[in-house]
Amino acid sequence: MAEFKKADSMLEWFDQRLGVVNFAKVMMTEYWIPKNINFLWAMGVLLSVLFTFLVVSGIFLLMYYKPDVNMAFDSVNYTIMQEVAYGWLFRHIHAVGASVVFLVIYIHMFTGIYYGSYKKGREMIWISGMLLFVLFSAEGFSGYMLPWGQMSYWAAYVITEIFGGIPVIGDELVVWIRGNFYVSDATLTRFFMLHVLLIPLLIIGAIVLHFYALRFPHVNNEAGEFFDFDEEAEKYKAGDKKGSKVVPFWPVFLSKDFFVLGFFMLFFFYLVFFHYGFAMDAINFDKADGLKTPAHIYPEWYFLWSYEVLRGFFFEIGGISGKDLGLIAFGIANAVFFFMPWLDRSPMVKPANQRPYFKYWFWFMMVDLIVLTVYGKLPPTGANAWVGFASSLTFLTLFAALPFITKAEAKKVGGK
Amino acid sequence: MKEFKILAVIVALVGITYYGIEPYAHHVMHPEVAPADFTFKDLKNVDTSLVGNVENGKVLVEANCIACHSIESVGHPQVMPNADAAASYGVVPPDLSGAGWIYDKNYLANFIYDPVSAMKLQHKFTPESGKAFPMPSYNWMSAQEIMDIVAYLQSVAPTAKSGTESHKKTFEAACGRCHSMAYAGLESTTPIDTIKTYMGATPPDLSQYIKSRGEHYLYSFINDPQVLLPGTAMPRTGLNKKAQEEVIAYMEEIGDRKKAERESLGIWVMIYTLIFAILAYLWKRKIWSEVH
Ligand code: HEM
Repeated sequence: MAEFKKADSMLEWFDQRLGVVNFAKVMMTEYWIPKNINFLWAMGVLLSVLFTFLVVSGIFLLMYYKPDVNMAFDSVNYTIMQEVAYGWLFRHIHAVGASVVFLVIYIHMFTGIYYGSYKKGREMIWISGMLLFVLFSAEGFSGYMLPWGQMSYWAAYVITEIFGGIPVIGDELVVWIRGNFYVSDATLTRFFMLHVLLIPLLIIGAIVLHFYALRFPHVNNEAGEFFDFDEEAEKYKAGDKKGSKVVPFWPVFLSKDFFVLGFFMLFFFYLVFFHYGFAMDAINFDKADGLKTPAHIYPEWYFLWSYEVLRGFFFEIGGISGKDLGLIAFGIANAVFFFMPWLDRSPMVKPANQRPYFKYWFWFMMVDLIVLTVYGKLPPTGANAWVGFASSLTFLTLFAALPFITKAEAKKVGGK
Repeated sequence: MKEFKILAVIVALVGITYYGIEPYAHHVMHPEVAPADFTFKDLKNVDTSLVGNVENGKVLVEANCIACHSIESVGHPQVMPNADAAASYGVVPPDLSGAGWIYDKNYLANFIYDPVSAMKLQHKFTPESGKAFPMPSYNWMSAQEIMDIVAYLQSVAPTAKSGTESHKKTFEAACGRCHSMAYAGLESTTPIDTIKTYMGATPPDLSQYIKSRGEHYLYSFINDPQVLLPGTAMPRTGLNKKAQEEVIAYMEEIGDRKKAERESLGIWVMIYTLIFAILAYLWKRKIWSEVH
C-alpha cells in the first residue's frame, strides 16, 4: 500500500481514499458538453429527476401498500389516500410522475430522432435509451396493476392475453406470466415484485449504461456539428470560455437544466395538485371485478399508439387472421425504434428540417403517432376502425420506406 | 426566440394529443344526457296544486303508514329490527321523519300514488317476475288526501342544516338503506344478500364513487338512474335539488377527504417552485454570460 501522509482537510482525507477531486473533474467540472444546444437537451436531466421522484414517492407508498387482492385496493385508496399523513401527496406524485415521465421520454426520444443523435458513433446511446423505454413501459404496466382497480385488472387481462397469440407456446406462456389461468392474486404479487424490485434495478443499470454510452461519442448539438472536444476543452480551460464550443457539465450545463427544471416542475406540480385525472383514470377507483367487464378498456395514454397498431388490423388479409396480423404489427412497432440507427441510411447528422427528405418522414411520423394515440382510446367501431387500420398501415409503411428515403437523401446530398 | 418556437411546437403537439385522449374521448364515450329534472314533470297522477291539510294528513299517516314505517321524530318507533324488516319486506322501509324535506313534493305525492312508476322500476316488478314492490299503491286515495299526507310529512320534517353531520343524515336517509359507505364505517341497513334477492343486483359500496363516477355523472344519475344506465335496479329516489347536493357533498367529504388540504398545499408548493425557477433562471443568466 502506498504511504499516506496526514490529511490537512476533510476533502484531502477523502481524496486520498476515494480520489474525489479527480472524480469530480471527470464527472462534473471537466465533463464537456457542446454549447450549441437548446432546452431539449435538458430532457435527460428532467428524466433523471423524475425517476428520483418516482423512487422516493414509491418508497413511501411501499410502506403501506398491501400486495393482496383483498387488501390492495383499500390499502391504496383508504390507507394511503386518507389515513397516512400526506399519503395522497406521495400517491399523486407517483401516479402523475409515472405519466409525465413518458411525456418527457417521448420528447427526449423524438429530439434524438429529429437531430439524428442516434448515428455515427451514438448507436449505443440510442440502444441503451430504447432499453430504458422498454423497461419504463414494463414498469408503468406493472405499476398500474397494483391499485387493483377495474382498469388495473382489465388492462392486465387484455395485455397478458396478447401473448396467447404467439404460436405454439402462446397458451402456456399466458399462464406462466399470470401464474394462474386468469389474472389473480399470483399475478398481482409477481407484478408487485417486478415493479418494486427487478425492473427498478434494471432501470438503474440501464441508466448507468446510457450515461456511460454518452461519454465517448459525446452529446450531439443543435447543428449536428462534429468537432474536436479535447481541443475545445483546452480552449475553455485556457480561459477562452466565449470562443470554446464546449461548456463543463457543472456548473454551466446544469445551470441551464435547473432553469428548465424549475419551470417544468411548476407544470408538474400543477398536474399533481390540480389536474391529475389524466394519470389516475376514474374507472380505476372501482375495485377490480373479474365478472364485470368495463364498457371501454384502454391502456394508459403512453401505450395507446402501439395498442392501436395492435387493434388496427381487424380483418383477414391473405389468409392471416386480423388478430395475428395485429400481433405481428404490434411486435414490429415495439421493436422497430431500436433499429433507427440502421434504418436511417443517410450519414447526415443534421436537424430534420435541414434534411431534404427526412424532414417529411419525421413530421409524417409525428402526425401518424398522434392519430394512433387518439384513436387508440376511442371505441374501435365504424369509421374509427378504418382510421386505425390506415394509421397502423401508415406506421409500418413509414418504417419500411425509411431506408429508401434516407438512401435517396444520401445520394442527393452526396454523402455530406 | 428559437427556443420559444420549439416550445410552441411541443405545446401544440402535446395539446392536440391531450385534447384527443381526454376531453374528446370522454365526450365520445360518455355523451351528454338530458339535464337533471328536479320537478319530476313526467309524474302527473296527483294534482300537486291542491293545498294539503296537516291535521287530516296526520290521521291518514297514522292509519296507513306507521304499520310499516317509523317516524322517529314524532315518536313512532321502528316496528321491528332492521334484519327482520329486511327479511319481511326485502328492504328496510324508510323512516319518514325526513321524507318531507329530502323528497321533491311532486315526486312524493306521485310515489304514494304509485311507487313503482315513480321509481321507474316497472321493469323489475313485472307480473312475470312474480315480484311485487312491498309498498302498495295508494291510487285509491283522492289527490286531496295524498296532498294532506305530503303536507303532514313536510310539517314534521326537520329544517335543512349544513355541515358534514347533516350531509351524512341525508345520505343515510336517501341511500343508506341499500348502499354502504365503508370509508365512513356505514353499512347498509338492509343486509346485502337480502337486497340482492330483492333487487337482483348488489348495490355497490359508495366510498369511492365521487372519484370513479365524478360529480357530473352523479348529478344526472341520482336524479334519474335509467337515463344513464337503462335497466338498472337502482330506483329513482326523488331527491330534491338541495338533498341531492347534500348527498354528493357527503360522498365527496368521504371519498375525497383530503381535497381541502390538497388544494391549499398545492398553492404553496407552486409558489415555492416558482421562486426556485426564478432563482434558477437568474443563476443561469449569470453563468452563461461568461460563456456567451
Ligand atoms: C428514462 C430514462 C432516461 C434518462 C434518465 C436519460 C438521460 C439522458 C441524459 C442525461 C442525456 C444527456 C443530455 C440530453 O440530451 O438530455 C441523454 C441523452 C440521450 N438520450 Fe437519454 N435518457 C433516458 C431515456 C432515453 C430514451 C428512451 C432514449 C431513446 C430511445 C434516449 C436517447 C438518448 C439519446 C439519443 C441521447 C443523446 C442526445 C444527444 O446526443 O444530443 N434516452 N439521455
